Amino acid sequence: MRAELPSLLVSFALGITSVFAQSGELTMPKSIEAGAAFSIQSGGSGKGTLYIAGPGQFIKQDVQLGGEIAIAAGSLYNAGHYGVWLTSDSSTQIGSIDVVPAQKPSDITFIAKPSRLPVAMHNAITGSAYVFDAYGNLITRPMQVSFQLSNPGTSPQTRTVESRNGAAWTQMDSASREGKAQFVARVGDVSSTRIVGQVPGDPCTIKMSAKPAGNKIQLVTVPVRDCTGNAIPDGTIVTFTETYGDVKSTVDVPLKKGIASVEMPSHRGATISVASGVVLGNQIRWAQ
Amino acid sequence: MMPKHLVLLSAFGIALSAFAADQPTVHVQPPHLQGPRELQDQTARAVVENYLDSWKSMSKALDQNRADLLDRDFVGSAREKLAATIKQQQAAAVRTSYQDRSHDVQILLYSPEGLSIQLADNVEYEVQLSAGGKSIGTQRVKARYIVVLTPSEVRWRVRIFQADAQ
Repeated sequence: MRAELPSLLVSFALGITSVFAQSGELTMPKSIEAGAAFSIQSGGSGKGTLYIAGPGQFIKQDVQLGGEIAIAAGSLYNAGHYGVWLTSDSSTQIGSIDVVPAQKPSDITFIAKPSRLPVAMHNAITGSAYVFDAYGNLITRPMQVSFQLSNPGTSPQTRTVESRNGAAWTQMDSASREGKAQFVARVGDVSSTRIVGQVPGDPCTIKMSAKPAGNKIQLVTVPVRDCTGNAIPDGTIVTFTETYGDVKSTVDVPLKKGIASVEMPSHRGATISVASGVVLGNQIRWAQ
Repeated sequence: MMPKHLVLLSAFGIALSAFAADQPTVHVQPPHLQGPRELQDQTARAVVENYLDSWKSMSKALDQNRADLLDRDFVGSAREKLAATIKQQQAAAVRTSYQDRSHDVQILLYSPEGLSIQLADNVEYEVQLSAGGKSIGTQRVKARYIVVLTPSEVRWRVRIFQADAQ
């Protein structure tokens, strides 16, 4: 016993596997595809208990020793590494098995951002995808993932990306025309679609005209558009500013049917400017 | 003879205690990023720390067969699969004790929209299977884990947790 104690501690320190007597390694496949049937060749005789343990799954099965133990299809399906123990009254046999994801993709998780953005933005739409098998295992072998962004009235943008460790991503430009785009990620015959709203960008220019209206000036813009010709949405604020001497008057007006219109006090020599957001329009000096 | 058994059990118990108190060695490689999104050092540190914490949670949860211990660090399919394993262990009246010995972690992807980070971990751990308070056996494992974490309110949580075949 004195001789056994140090050797047991050394064995433990080396990570040798069991506190029970062990009579060998199990004969079994090194790896299987998720959900596949397989068999384990056991030694000994009589009845035993089989344990297959991993973080992803646990299986316990009463078995007859000394023959082939069949594990039915669909029993072990979560990808990962599993320790295997086969115990009887007198011995424990051990083994291990890796479960790899099934070959066929069955699901794709697809995140597209943003869901709404201005037109004509370079690389502003991103999509990232993770590819899974029927058991929800991440398929880590490289696969061709295609991303397609389709805008009404224009040819679609397509990128094909090889997944790495189950993940693929891409970047796309927003279209020059406003509207809803379909963003599709596809692998094999599995696809996932997201809708990306593309809205007009900032006004490209703002041009106003002025005419007298009694003792006031009527100011009207031409229809306000972005730089690719999309109408700026109604409700967008246009700011008119009249400066006369030390007096400055400002009026915010929402666009209605694409134009902004307002009446301001008429002062000979006043300067009137128009702007929306950071975009500055023309300036008028009122001479009447 | 009896006292010698006790000495043996006692020595074993001390070894186990020392074992349990052991912290794994951790090596973090510089990120090998695919993707356009820049990864700040603070984010990278938080992700690795939260991921290492998840091993502690998983180990406790599988050892005590308590799925609620997963809630802080796991979400989505990773949590569902671990919780299912705990149910299967409970039904079989067994428990598993995971002791991670070393990690070699590298961040692989920060997704462009910032909603997921993928890392690989070459991990060494020991797993002990016990039934009825008795150990059935311990195995030492080297595995490469592929992990995807997603941000939650205050920390990154593990959403995909999967050992890749070596």
